[in-house]
Amino acid sequence: MSERLEVRKTYKLYVGGKFPRSESGRTYPVADGRGHFVANAAKASRKDARDAVVAARAAFAGWSGATAYNRGQVLYRVAEVMEGRAAQFAEEVAAGEGLSAAKARAAVDAAVDRWVWYAGWTDKLAAVLGGTNPVAGPYFDFSVPEPSGVVAVLAPQRSSLLGLVSVLAPVLATGCTAVVVSSLQRPLPAITLSEVLATSDVPGGVANLLTGDAAEIGPWLAEHADVDGIDLTGAGTAAMELERSAAGTLKRVLRAPADEPDWTGDPGLSRMTPFLETKTVWHPIGV
Amino acid sequence: MTVFEYAPAPESRSIVTLRSHYGLFVDGEFTDGGGTPLKTVNPATEEVLGEVAVGTDADVDRAVRAARKAFTRVWGPMRPADRGKYLFRIARLLQERAREFAVLETLDNGKPITESRDVDVPLAAAHFFYHAGWADKLEHAGLGPAPRPLGVAGQVIPWNFPLLMLAWKVAPALAAGNTVVLKPAETTPLTALLFAEVCQQADLPPGVVNIVTGAGDTGRAVVEHADVDKVAFTGSTEVGKQIARSVAGTRKSLTLELGGKAANIVFDDAPIDQAVEGVVRGIFFNQGHVCCAGSRLLVQESVHDELVASLQRRIGTLRVGDPLDKNTDVGAINSPEQLARIRELVGIGEAEGAQVWQPDGELPERGNWFKPTVFTDVTPAHRIARDEVFGPVLSVLTFRTPDEAVAKANNTTYGLSAGIWSEKGSRILAVADQLRAGVVWANTFNQFDPTSPFGGYKQSGYGREGGRTGLRAYLKES
Repeated sequence: MSERLEVRKTYKLYVGGKFPRSESGRTYPVADGRGHFVANAAKASRKDARDAVVAARAAFAGWSGATAYNRGQVLYRVAEVMEGRAAQFAEEVAAGEGLSAAKARAAVDAAVDRWVWYAGWTDKLAAVLGGTNPVAGPYFDFSVPEPSGVVAVLAPQRSSLLGLVSVLAPVLATGCTAVVVSSLQRPLPAITLSEVLATSDVPGGVANLLTGDAAEIGPWLAEHADVDGIDLTGAGTAAMELERSAAGTLKRVLRAPADEPDWTGDPGLSRMTPFLETKTVWHPIGV
Repeated sequence: MTVFEYAPAPESRSIVTLRSHYGLFVDGEFTDGGGTPLKTVNPATEEVLGEVAVGTDADVDRAVRAARKAFTRVWGPMRPADRGKYLFRIARLLQERAREFAVLETLDNGKPITESRDVDVPLAAAHFFYHAGWADKLEHAGLGPAPRPLGVAGQVIPWNFPLLMLAWKVAPALAAGNTVVLKPAETTPLTALLFAEVCQQADLPPGVVNIVTGAGDTGRAVVEHADVDKVAFTGSTEVGKQIARSVAGTRKSLTLELGGKAANIVFDDAPIDQAVEGVVRGIFFNQGHVCCAGSRLLVQESVHDELVASLQRRIGTLRVGDPLDKNTDVGAINSPEQLARIRELVGIGEAEGAQVWQPDGELPERGNWFKPTVFTDVTPAHRIARDEVFGPVLSVLTFRTPDEAVAKANNTTYGLSAGIWSEKGSRILAVADQLRAGVVWANTFNQFDPTSPFGGYKQSGYGREGGRTGLRAYLKES
């Protein structure tokens, strides 16, 4: 009996909860760690990025307005669904990053655990970062953290899954919505992750993932007037120019580290606070 | 109606000793600047108060070096409790010399003496007292077990609250262990230089606080100096964007407190008299030279006529004039340039079809003055509903439903502050939740406190001043 011929997947973008091809019709070949062809990925265009911003903006009111408990459960659900597909992710990471099976599996496990970690943060941020302020007068005064809005995320170029989850999960945990540009050379785990997001109760538009070149799409996102923040982690040498563009609309900017960090470390609050605003409310006290 | 006139009640200015020439404060000493000195003018009388040195690039460099040296050798290694004690000393000195600061602020800025005396100076002292206590408790600030200062902070502040903005910048920076180079506004440098004397009286080590006066070029030199680790700016959104651009690609961290176009929302169940007082305080406090001023009044349609009539009656009792008179409600516009900008935008408001109203009464002949002004029939597309006027000019718009109020309030590129007037608690909380603004005042307006974080959403800037959150601007996680 001859071996069964596998059914290969068409990798597409993830925008507004759907999986469209790039409106530009462009694709580019993706190779594994040894240079062998794996698949054609969609190459997102400026128009795709704009569509993704529209979707992210539309989803913002619902996601930021959901209870923190609800957001926490949704992010935990992502971990549950991802765990079930761990073998598939491990295979993709091993091939894409040229890792041993054991190391790839460790990266996948860490990525799943990262969702769990951030899922637990959603309903604690307000207590840890906010509180009441003992003002010198008869006023009740309190401060709460609130999400900045739509955040563009240029994902790390090397760590295609753990790095990606490490930059996306904190943005979603704050209540922001995201437009992510994947690693250029290693985009496939981003699309597999999109399939997880699409089946984990994450409302459409909350996370939008574009495969393609951050150097091409990044400038449009950095300039876009309906983007409130930008994470430049995967921007490479374009980081300075993108930060300059972002100044035009005073976006919140999370700068790129000098080199891609070790994503296994404890991230603390450092990837959430840049995309949180503090709102302070005053009311007189009296009878 | 019988009107009882007030007799003049001028505050004496004898407590202030003006000098003909003021120098820069660098490394603990007053020195000359390399630039052509500026004249600082009393905006209420056009009297020249003194000549003030202008810092050049070389002067700024000298100040940054002094700050670096003080950071590395003295202020950084100092026991945190001792840093706190210096700040407590400064707070007490500001209280001791409060009247002197208040009179000098009013002379240089044009704001009513009652405001400088009861708001600016006491709050400035409170900021130092509050942050003094943080100096040896930073491990509780939520930035890890041993947060570290950033280094040398370059700070540029505006002319609307000269001493208070200095306190908002200097107190948290010093408490967190940084040293400072501060550039006051070109039209209001005098209280910052008096503050330098306070630093000397407190025996603050030389170089911890450096004050370099001048105009935009001096500010740019501070912001762009390569050895500055942290930039903090309060001022216009336009300049804020330039600064964000200039620090891009550097290791400098940045906080910006910029413009605003706050909506003050009055619902039909609000106590009208109380709301009117709040609306007046919201827009005419400090001549409207307030980034968080309630410059857009959003009134529920059913109470529009009643509220506007009551507002006009109340504005008719405001006393515009001599800022040193303790009966004065609205003082002088800070500069001829600002007066020209206010006039231009008011002219545009009339040309675009809004109805302008001003109270009767004469304005002083000399000085920069503008009457409290109310525009009705304003639409969200009008320039006076979109642009920050930074003067005593209120635009009145209407709404029918809470959703419409929120949509109109948020229909701005700014997001600094907002006001809500209603007797219904659940409505206040729901609307406060939906407003995209950093400070929301409900049934009050323009309240400030060092424990209470202040700062904007969107293009009103980023970072907070005050409270535990404010310390983040001057610390890095360990």
